[in-house]
Amino acid sequence: MAALKAQIVEQLNLQEVKPEDIGDDQPLFKDGLGLDSIDALEIIVLLQQHYGIRIANPEQGPEIFRSVRTIAEFITAHQTAK
Amino acid sequence: MHSDVWIAGGGVICGIGNNLSECLMAFERMEPGMAHMEYLHSVHRHTFPVVEVKASNATLAGWTGMSEKISRTALLSSVAVQEAWKSTGLGDISQYRVGFVSANTVGGMDKTEDFFADYLQDPSKGHLSQVVHHECGAITELVADAMGIRHHISTISTACSSSANALMYGSRLIRNNMVDVVIAGGTDALTRFTLNGFNTLMILDPAACRPFDDTRAGLNLGEGAGYVVLISDALAAELPASHQPWCRLSGYANANDAYHQTASSPDGTGNFLAMQGALEMSGIRPEDIDYINLHGTGTQNNDSAEGSAIARLFAPHYPPVSSTKSFTGHTLGASGGIEAVFSAWAVKEGVIYPNANFSKQMKDVPFSPVTKFSAGNQLQHVMSNSFGFGGNCSSLVFSKNEQS
Amino acid sequence: MYIYIQGTGCVSPQETAAGNTFPAAVLPWEGPRLKAWEPDYKQWIDVKLIRRMSRVIKMGVAAAKLSLQEAGVEIPDAIITGTAYGCLDDTGVFLSKMINQQEEMLTPTAFIQSTHNTVAGQIALMLGCHAYNNTFVHKGFSFESALLDSIMILREGRSSSILAGAMDELTNHSFNILSRFDLYKKEPVTHEQLLKSTTHGTVAGEGAACFVLGTEKGPNTKAKLTGLTTLYKPAGKAEISPDITSFLAAHNCSQEEVSLVITGRNGDAAGDEWYEYVENTLFAGKPVAGFKHLCGEYPTAASFGMWMGNRILAEQQVPAAALLKGTVPDQIKKVLIYNHYKQTHHSLILLTVC
Repeated sequence: MAALKAQIVEQLNLQEVKPEDIGDDQPLFKDGLGLDSIDALEIIVLLQQHYGIRIANPEQGPEIFRSVRTIAEFITAHQTAK
Repeated sequence: MHSDVWIAGGGVICGIGNNLSECLMAFERMEPGMAHMEYLHSVHRHTFPVVEVKASNATLAGWTGMSEKISRTALLSSVAVQEAWKSTGLGDISQYRVGFVSANTVGGMDKTEDFFADYLQDPSKGHLSQVVHHECGAITELVADAMGIRHHISTISTACSSSANALMYGSRLIRNNMVDVVIAGGTDALTRFTLNGFNTLMILDPAACRPFDDTRAGLNLGEGAGYVVLISDALAAELPASHQPWCRLSGYANANDAYHQTASSPDGTGNFLAMQGALEMSGIRPEDIDYINLHGTGTQNNDSAEGSAIARLFAPHYPPVSSTKSFTGHTLGASGGIEAVFSAWAVKEGVIYPNANFSKQMKDVPFSPVTKFSAGNQLQHVMSNSFGFGGNCSSLVFSKNEQS
Repeated sequence: MYIYIQGTGCVSPQETAAGNTFPAAVLPWEGPRLKAWEPDYKQWIDVKLIRRMSRVIKMGVAAAKLSLQEAGVEIPDAIITGTAYGCLDDTGVFLSKMINQQEEMLTPTAFIQSTHNTVAGQIALMLGCHAYNNTFVHKGFSFESALLDSIMILREGRSSSILAGAMDELTNHSFNILSRFDLYKKEPVTHEQLLKSTTHGTVAGEGAACFVLGTEKGPNTKAKLTGLTTLYKPAGKAEISPDITSFLAAHNCSQEEVSLVITGRNGDAAGDEWYEYVENTLFAGKPVAGFKHLCGEYPTAASFGMWMGNRILAEQQVPAAALLKGTVPDQIKKVLIYNHYKQTHHSLILLTVC
């Protein structure tokens, strides 16, 4: 999850946020980190690029990306060999 | 200072027709223009249907007398502007103080993206002729210069509401007596830049789009150009019986959603304010609108927001509505202009356009679009909506006859 | 009905964003590329929003905030911007990725930030402003069109304050490409030398300037926007003179009444001939100031000129660095700004003290 946090901070250009400051279960969208639908699309590409996972429907985004932990679990469940 | 602004004519080119008459035939025959990419080269060629103008740059150049090496955006603009001017019967353009207000979002990007491929390899490479008209304003001037228009020229770019805003600015120029005539509208050509940009937003439908349908899954990109010729009261009074104005541009409004960079607020605040403002300016009530040409892109977000806003404003008197983007695709910067031509013509000839690919009413919207073409309807007032990224919402009202 | 300048804000290669007075010293530069002096944007923009803003957007937002602050206006009745190039940085980023990655695995941020109306859109978003919002993108008339739209809307009598501004940026790519069009000086040049140059070319600049225009005086109003006009491809210098005289006459101003002329002289020999001609024939003996040796040349540079003109009327003095010739009168009442971009896009702006 530490690597994932670093990737998220970089991909989303989260200035002034250190990866280690993001809680494993901290809500990422709306309150919490305050991410929005554009960030969700960025994370979808991140997953494809780094983990080979394709998400066809962007509406699933906010659910899967609720927290770093939920993303990590999703990756474990769906990761294909790169 | 208050005076009416009239539509003396219009011209359009898009993926369902190279002029207004061809477009009307396509609507009547229920022939939307979605197809595989033919002119644009992209890796997504077989993934997304698009609505390209069915003519190469060489052909467009031949029709207009412009060079075939210039941007397609300018070529399309030229075709529509020439048709628009001709349709007015106003004759020699140099007799009038003419303004040209053209909108676009991509400028000469179709050429720039070719240039950039060479330039990225080596900064001294790439033909400068491919970027000399990169700017949005440069496209406008290519056409203005060819038409001999010098008096007042400008370009607007507010994403998908661009050319609707061009009509508003043009109308103001006339009301302030800065010009007698304004050719107002917009143009946009399909480019890899836009295609890929929209793809990153995951709002492109890999099938033909279904605006205002519950199963809709996104938009199809189109291209084209559309312009109306706006004239003052004084000039309208001088027109011969054979070339009477089509209608009045009786109202318009521009509001900002101020919700998100690209998404519309769920209840369509900006949309609502724009439509309400346009009605107010026209001095009419919602129930006076006889037809709405929707922005209707076919995305989940737009159609819900637009639908809610219409429901809130028009309930319980919902007028017939349809999205002509179900035929033309989303022509971006040109859409306001193209749809202004369709809407103004609707007032003139009583046309209600069909909405293609509709079968299931949206759960959250209490009305459905019209699915058949009809003419000869009594349309006193027609509304045209254009809503874009950056929260830019614009609405136009076209009306028959004198203001009472 | 008068149009008052209620507030101004400017980000430029000079320290104009530090406050709203004319900077005491000129920040020296060596051409041909000038870079904006950028303030700490965090004083106006929340960190969460800053990440979505490229440089040109931040410059525009900062200039907007400064002008609204000076005007004492929280939410204007319209936001109208002008930009010839739009958001070049993001355009370059998206284009490059698109080409290098063969249209695969692209991400939305650079694309959505590349659209020309992003600056006006972001300002509206930050302020929660639902009012009229427009963006002009017409080369050397982008700023003037935004001003004209504002004037026409104010004249309709339903708005009291409009935020109008312009911004253009330079990126490495844009500078390289514009250089290939042979726009800039090949030899080294400084701000003191530029406007006396007799060679071809100018220097590249960038910046953002915003104005809150209104039908009533604001707490810090010192000038009125009395007149504005644009001239596209005038046939020659002989056509320009009558155009300027009739412009002044239309605004009840004689040549004598012009206290100071500000020209868009930029050091390009051929282009500067227009200014030379106008100064010698219409305004012989008048004091003349310049500004492009301070901000560089770019399509919306007239916005810096107008910012400077307003400051001059407010402070009733012309900074030594800006004065090119002549003696400034004790009372500076009317300032005429005459600018052209590449000799094809000419504009006249008349400001009056109040």
